[in-house]
Amino acid sequence: MPVQLYLATRKGIFIATSSADRRSWSLRDPVYLGQQCHHAVLDPRDRTTLLLASRQWHLGPTVFRSDDNGVSWKEAARPPQFTKGEPRGRAVDHVFWLTPGHASEPDVWYAGTSPKGLFRSEDGGRTWDAVAGFNDHPEQHVWVGSDKDETPDGGKLHSILVDPRDPAHLYLSMSGGGTFESTDRGATWAPLNLGVDMDFAPKKEDGTEYLFGHDPHCMVQHPTSPDRLWQQNHCGIYKLDRAAGDRWERVGRAMPKEIGDVGFPVIAHPRDPDTAWVFPMDGTGDWPRTSPGGKPSLYRTRDAGASWERQDTGLPDSQAWWTVKRQAMCSDLRDPVGLYFGTTSGEVWSTIDEGASFQLLFRHLPHVFAVTAGEPA
Amino acid sequence: MKVIVPTQLRGYTGGQPEVTAAGATLDAVLVDLDRQFPGFRFRVIDEQDRVRRHVILFVGGERQDDLASAIPAGAELQIVGALSGGA
Repeated sequence: MPVQLYLATRKGIFIATSSADRRSWSLRDPVYLGQQCHHAVLDPRDRTTLLLASRQWHLGPTVFRSDDNGVSWKEAARPPQFTKGEPRGRAVDHVFWLTPGHASEPDVWYAGTSPKGLFRSEDGGRTWDAVAGFNDHPEQHVWVGSDKDETPDGGKLHSILVDPRDPAHLYLSMSGGGTFESTDRGATWAPLNLGVDMDFAPKKEDGTEYLFGHDPHCMVQHPTSPDRLWQQNHCGIYKLDRAAGDRWERVGRAMPKEIGDVGFPVIAHPRDPDTAWVFPMDGTGDWPRTSPGGKPSLYRTRDAGASWERQDTGLPDSQAWWTVKRQAMCSDLRDPVGLYFGTTSGEVWSTIDEGASFQLLFRHLPHVFAVTAGEPA
Repeated sequence: MKVIVPTQLRGYTGGQPEVTAAGATLDAVLVDLDRQFPGFRFRVIDEQDRVRRHVILFVGGERQDDLASAIPAGAELQIVGALSGGA
């Protein structure tokens, strides 16, 4: 059974297929060449449905669906869109994030957009509706901030997480805006940002913490220990154990000082809740957002963030000034776990020994926005 | 009326560079195009009824952003992918 990688890039989607041992790979010609593809995800529930969030530069945002492993695609009959005539005049610029719903709701998907909006499909991505409890919440415009609280190409709603124990329990994150939680399927939301730093905002005079407005870059929930959340934030790496409360712990403080704990992606080991990986980037000075010192490396913790070890065997040891975007690093479910990441310079790398060594799979691709893995039926 | 379709939209028209559509207003023409080619309108007009940022509509050779505008007799609609949309 091969592993497939769904490589969403600035100029189209590419699908890579492995041999059974994951040591050799083939790459198909691109689909939707020229379109800005933000996320492509194989549904882990049926291992057949493949959704793609894409923006044609002129024609705006949409979602495509494939039922035949990416050979043919059909556009959503009603892509994610804000309510016509809504008072803030929002229109979706691009669909940024796709999350399959709970295992008990096989046709449900969630999408996050720019400007920040949450959308839900109940028919496998064919039609989408706004989640009014979030998009139209009277405080939503305060949560999402102004255009100075956004990434350069528009704010992002991302990291939509569905608790594997409860389809009504949802998390989402926004850059910027912070992390929010719903326990009623998106009808109501509450911020979940205590303990998370906001170096880009003045301290509050009364000494209290900001409840929202933070900049989580990526958040993941451990699949078998769902109380364990990991977050890579603009201001550090965090861990949260919900069973112990609602205060995030900045575990990135244990990272080497010369590397820091800024980055985009974080991924959790699919079985061990104490193991996670990050890909640091340079967040000093002008914030180049490149590999620190031009020497890319993953960092792994195996003790829930108490310590981190550098993993760079096989990666360039100098003059590699790329980084890895928040959706561009993923794992498979094999044992040992395979990790995959795509770079801003169009390379795709893998490790099939949990980071002990890395191999270059492909290069010369467009800027890689997202890498996801699946094992199609 | 004759509608000149840019390359970016020909996936919706079966590759045809020119199609015909009917309507008394620009909006009605776009609705008719969407009826013939499902999904067409949303790629040109956003959910707030604004012409998309990197699309230009020319009616009878004149740029037109007002969907309520009437279609002059004999006019053509040319849809253009604006230079600003390339990257």
